[in-house]
Amino acid sequence: MSKARATIYGWLLLGPAFVLLAAFTHWPAIATLYHSFHSTARRNRPSVYVGLDNYQGMIDDPVFWQALINNFWYAVGTIPVSIGLALLMALWVNEKLAGRTWLRLAYFTPTVLPMIAVANIWLFFYTPDYGLFDQIRGLFGLRATNWLGEPGTVLGCLIVMTIWKEAGFFMIFYLAALQSMPPNLAEAAAIEGCGRWTFFRRVTFPLLMPTTLFVLVNAVIGAFRMVDHVVALTAGGPNNASMLLLVMIYDVAFRYWDVAYAATLTVVLLAILGTVALIQFVVLEKRIHYR
Amino acid sequence: MSDALAPRGLGRALETFGAWALAIFWVAPLLYCVWTAFHPPEYATKFVLWAPLSVENFVKAWNAAPFARYFLNTFALVTMVLAGQLVLVTLAAYAFARFEFIGRDIAFALVLVQLMIMPDVLLVENYLIMAQLGLVDTILGIGLPYFASAFGIFLLRQTFKGLPKELDDAARVEGAGVLVTLWRVYVPLARPTYIAFGLVSVSYHWNNFLWPLIVTNSVETRPLTVGLRVFTAIEQGVDWSVITAATLMSCGPLLIAFLLFQRQFIQSFMRAGIR
Repeated sequence: MSKARATIYGWLLLGPAFVLLAAFTHWPAIATLYHSFHSTARRNRPSVYVGLDNYQGMIDDPVFWQALINNFWYAVGTIPVSIGLALLMALWVNEKLAGRTWLRLAYFTPTVLPMIAVANIWLFFYTPDYGLFDQIRGLFGLRATNWLGEPGTVLGCLIVMTIWKEAGFFMIFYLAALQSMPPNLAEAAAIEGCGRWTFFRRVTFPLLMPTTLFVLVNAVIGAFRMVDHVVALTAGGPNNASMLLLVMIYDVAFRYWDVAYAATLTVVLLAILGTVALIQFVVLEKRIHYR
Repeated sequence: MSDALAPRGLGRALETFGAWALAIFWVAPLLYCVWTAFHPPEYATKFVLWAPLSVENFVKAWNAAPFARYFLNTFALVTMVLAGQLVLVTLAAYAFARFEFIGRDIAFALVLVQLMIMPDVLLVENYLIMAQLGLVDTILGIGLPYFASAFGIFLLRQTFKGLPKELDDAARVEGAGVLVTLWRVYVPLARPTYIAFGLVSVSYHWNNFLWPLIVTNSVETRPLTVGLRVFTAIEQGVDWSVITAATLMSCGPLLIAFLLFQRQFIQSFMRAGIR
């Protein structure tokens, strides 16, 4: 097929998908940037170019910094624990322990639930007095705590729910990687008299590095993107203690209808996601695995 | 870890115990939810073995919100998104896999952008676009941004590229056109990928919440997840039995499908993850 014909066919086939992709991904991304340099249109006051005013306002906004810091701690709280648990689960399921099908099912099931259902289930545990946590604490004579209503505990509560939902999902990727590992590696190691822990540390874990990177990137994106439970349970409260970046964008846009400020915040979010993509690209270029 | 280094004796017993302890801990919240949903409210936190079973909570939940409508909406949404995705993704993946057209590499890079920036991150601008298109508060408005799935294009392109090119040539010698070749040769051979993508897509859109919450504002369009939100409230004196019943009901079909076809589901998610 000639290049010209291939080009016509190629673009005709790609066309429909590309139009939608441009309309709902590329165009909105550019429009976000545009809106971040303009004021929000209000009645009698059309949108005008304001330069970096929105960014200045953002830097002066303590809520923005709190959202950013919260999001950082939320990521730090969820990612290492869920990746660690996922690896442990995958190793166990892969080891042919008794009832491994049931184990896999138990670990994976929370993944199939919508985040909003997860929020409902955990809401009950966190409810003051009546909830499971306080009932258990009550047995030891401890006083009731409003887990989701206290600035000190709310983020931790959200982190626990997220780990519960996500670990099983990440397990799948480790499991896939473990199953594709050649069994003669372990045989050779056994002949050499290598212990299990050494084998894991020196062979399995390094070989899983590409999977870890893949899971890590997904987890970081998830920490900024998956906020259903926060919107439903706390809406960022109390006192902005559980405010995350995307929750704040939702709040600014759809409660205060401040499109310009929401766009400015979205630019920050896009920058973070873009940086993650860039790091992934660079690391992949360097090839952190030894194949 | 494979058999040669598999744990033996006490080590194995300890690991089995650990694995099961974690598993029980992991399903406990869900089992609790099932317990509360199927028992009268007075047993919500009282675990008595012979507590009477009841479906009263489901009846109450069903009557507390227009669930029949929500089910219909979610079903329509999931079907529509999947149908749209299958068509668009197939065509695009075929273009990338088999045609050396001008601008292909740039176009592919632009597609991959969506893997990082999903439509639900750009919710403000997408809402404004939907408003301009007059699609706010329609089921099409919820689904449209997801039709061109970069994830699907990527997955299917890999599969198509892995098929022998000779099949393509053979079909052409027989006089089959581009679309006929795609339909007769590529689509049937990529069946496992389609199943994997379909399951991931259906699960994602059944569970999606934030974007539907924003773009809908009436019972006629709201999917289950958004409808379920009325039950999520930190208030004293709420009826937990009804909340858990409503929650189970909303994820019921997906959960049952998963339990029945769990091997298929898990393998699909695995397949979708390896790239």
